[in-house]
Amino acid sequence: MRAFRYVLGRLVKACLIVLAVAILNFLLIRVAPGDPATVIAGQSGDADATYLAQLRSDFGLDEPLPVQLGIYLQKLAVLDFGMSYRERRPVADIIWERLPSTLEITATAFVLALAAGVLLGTLAAVNRGGVWDRVSTAVSLIFYATPLFWVGLLLVLVFSVELNWLPAFGRTMIGGPESGFPALLDRLRHLVLPVLTLTLFYLALYARMTRASMVETLDMDFIKTARAKGVGRRRILFVHALRNAVLPIVTLAGVQVGQLLSGAIIIETIFGWPGLGLLAFNAVLQRDYNTLLAVFFVTSLLVVVANLIVDGLYLLIDPRTGARA
Amino acid sequence: MRRLAARLPRRDIVFVASAAILLVVVAMALSAPFVFPGGPWEVVGPPMARPLSDGFLLGTDTIGRSLLSGIFYGARVSLLVGIVATALPFLLGMLVGAVAGYYGGVVDDALMRLTELFQTVPHFMLALVLVAILTPSIGSIIIAISVVSWPPVARLVRGEFLILRNREFVEAAVLSGRGDASIILREILPNALGPIVVMASLMVATAILLEAAISFIGLGDPNLMSWGYMVGASRTVLRTAWWVSVMPGLAVFLTVLAINFLGEALNEALNPRSALGTMR
Repeated sequence: MRAFRYVLGRLVKACLIVLAVAILNFLLIRVAPGDPATVIAGQSGDADATYLAQLRSDFGLDEPLPVQLGIYLQKLAVLDFGMSYRERRPVADIIWERLPSTLEITATAFVLALAAGVLLGTLAAVNRGGVWDRVSTAVSLIFYATPLFWVGLLLVLVFSVELNWLPAFGRTMIGGPESGFPALLDRLRHLVLPVLTLTLFYLALYARMTRASMVETLDMDFIKTARAKGVGRRRILFVHALRNAVLPIVTLAGVQVGQLLSGAIIIETIFGWPGLGLLAFNAVLQRDYNTLLAVFFVTSLLVVVANLIVDGLYLLIDPRTGARA
Repeated sequence: MRRLAARLPRRDIVFVASAAILLVVVAMALSAPFVFPGGPWEVVGPPMARPLSDGFLLGTDTIGRSLLSGIFYGARVSLLVGIVATALPFLLGMLVGAVAGYYGGVVDDALMRLTELFQTVPHFMLALVLVAILTPSIGSIIIAISVVSWPPVARLVRGEFLILRNREFVEAAVLSGRGDASIILREILPNALGPIVVMASLMVATAILLEAAISFIGLGDPNLMSWGYMVGASRTVLRTAWWVSVMPGLAVFLTVLAINFLGEALNEALNPRSALGTMR
C-alpha cells in the first residue's frame, strides 16, 4: 500500500513536470522572432500563405492565449509537433526515426560509464590514499574539465587519423556489408569512438560519486559489526557496503540522463551520428525552431521517464522508500 | 580573509600551477588588444601554417589568422562568461532559495517545483534553444547559461535557510520586530555563505564549458572570437591541420582544470572537514 502510494505520487509529479515542459515550449514559441505560425511551420519567413492560414486555424492562433495553450497541449498529448519544412514531413516521424540511434550511444555509454565508474570509485574508496585512489581522482578531475567536443576530436585524431583503426563518421559504412556478422562488426566499429567519448566524461562523475559514497558507508557502524562478526572482505564490500552506497549513485544517474542526452548533441555532431542530437544541430543551423523545440520536449520526456525508473529502483534497493513521503 | 589565505596549500605544486595558469589566462584577456592590435579576425599569414613556423607560435587557422591571437581574444569571452554567467544565476538562486527556505509552506513548495523543473530538462538542450531563439550574442549566451545553472544554488541556499531560520539569533531578530528582508540579508545569509561560495568556483568552470560548447555548435556571438568557435570552425580540417582545433580546445581544458583544482583547494580551506570534494 505504501509502495503503491509512493509510485502514484511519483507518477503525478512526473505528469506535472511534463505539463510544465509543454507550457515552457509553448512560451518559447511565442518568444521566438516572427509570427508563431512561421515558427510552427518550421521555416523562417518563406512559408506559403495557405499553409500558414491552415496552421493558424489548426493551432487556433487567432484565439486568446489560454485557448491557444489548450490546443497546443492537445496536439502535444498525441505528439503532434507540426511539420518539418526541410524534410517535408511531420517532425514526429523524424524523431521516432532518430530516437533509436541516440538511445544506442547514450544507453551503451551509460552502462559502461556506470560500471567502470562504480568499480574505479570502489577501488579508490577501499585503498584511500593509495595508487587507485590517486588514479581515480586524477582521471575524474581531468575528464571533468575536458570539453566533450575536444575529447571527441582528440580520439578521432588518434584512432582514426593517425592509427586508422576506427571509423570517425556515421553509424554504418556506406556500401558496407548489409547482413550477418560483418554488418554487426561494422556497426560496432562505428559505435566505439562516440561511445568512448561520452563514457570517459560520465565515468569521471560516477567514480567520484562512488568514492565519496563508499568512504562514508565504510565508516558506518554496521560495517564494523559485519567485520567483527567475521564476514568476508569481499562480501562486506560488495554486498553490505555497495548496496547502501549505491543509492546516491542511482539518484545521480537519474539526474545525469539529461546531461547524457545533452552530450549526445555534441557527440552526434562530431561523429555524424544520425540521432536526435544531429537533428538538433541541423535545426539550429537552419533556424528550424519547431524541430528544435520538439527535440527539447522529447529529450525532457526521456529524462522524466528515466527519473521514474530511478524511483522504481529505489523501491527495489531500499525497502524504507516511501516511508517518509 | 588572511586566515583563509594561510590555509591554502601554497606549497602544493598542483595548486601553484593552477593559480599560474589562471593568471596567464587573465593576463591574456587583459593584454589582447595591446599584443594583437589588429584584432583576432585579421589575416596575418598563409592558411594553416604549422605551429612554430614563420613566426607563428601556435600556427594559423584555415584562412591565415593567428591562432595565438584568437586564443588571447577568446580568453576575454571565456572569463567574461565565466564571471557574469556565475554571478547572475548565483544571485537568482540565492534569492529563490532564501525566499523558499525562509517562508516555507506554499511558497517553498511552488519555488521548489519550479527548481525541479529546471533541473529536469536537459541543460545544454535548453541553453541551445534559448540562444537560438534570442539570437546568438554574448548577452543571450549569458542569459541561457544563467537560466540553466541557478537551481543547485537555490536548493543549497534553501537547505541552509531551513536549518538557520529556527536558530535563536534569527528568532531574536524576528521578535525584535525587524523586517523579513533585513533578517534574510543581514542575519541568515552571512551565515549560509560558506558552503555556497565553494559552489561558485564549480559554476565558473561549468559556465566556461557551456559557452565553449554553445560556440562549438555554431551559436557563439558572431562578433567575438571564442575558443569553442575556433574548435568548431576548424574541425572539418582536423585531418590536415590538427593544431587549429587542438590548440583552442587545450586552452579551454587547461583553464577549466585550473579552476577546478583551485575550487578544490578553496573547499578544503573553507570546509576542512568535508573530504567529499565539491562535486557532490
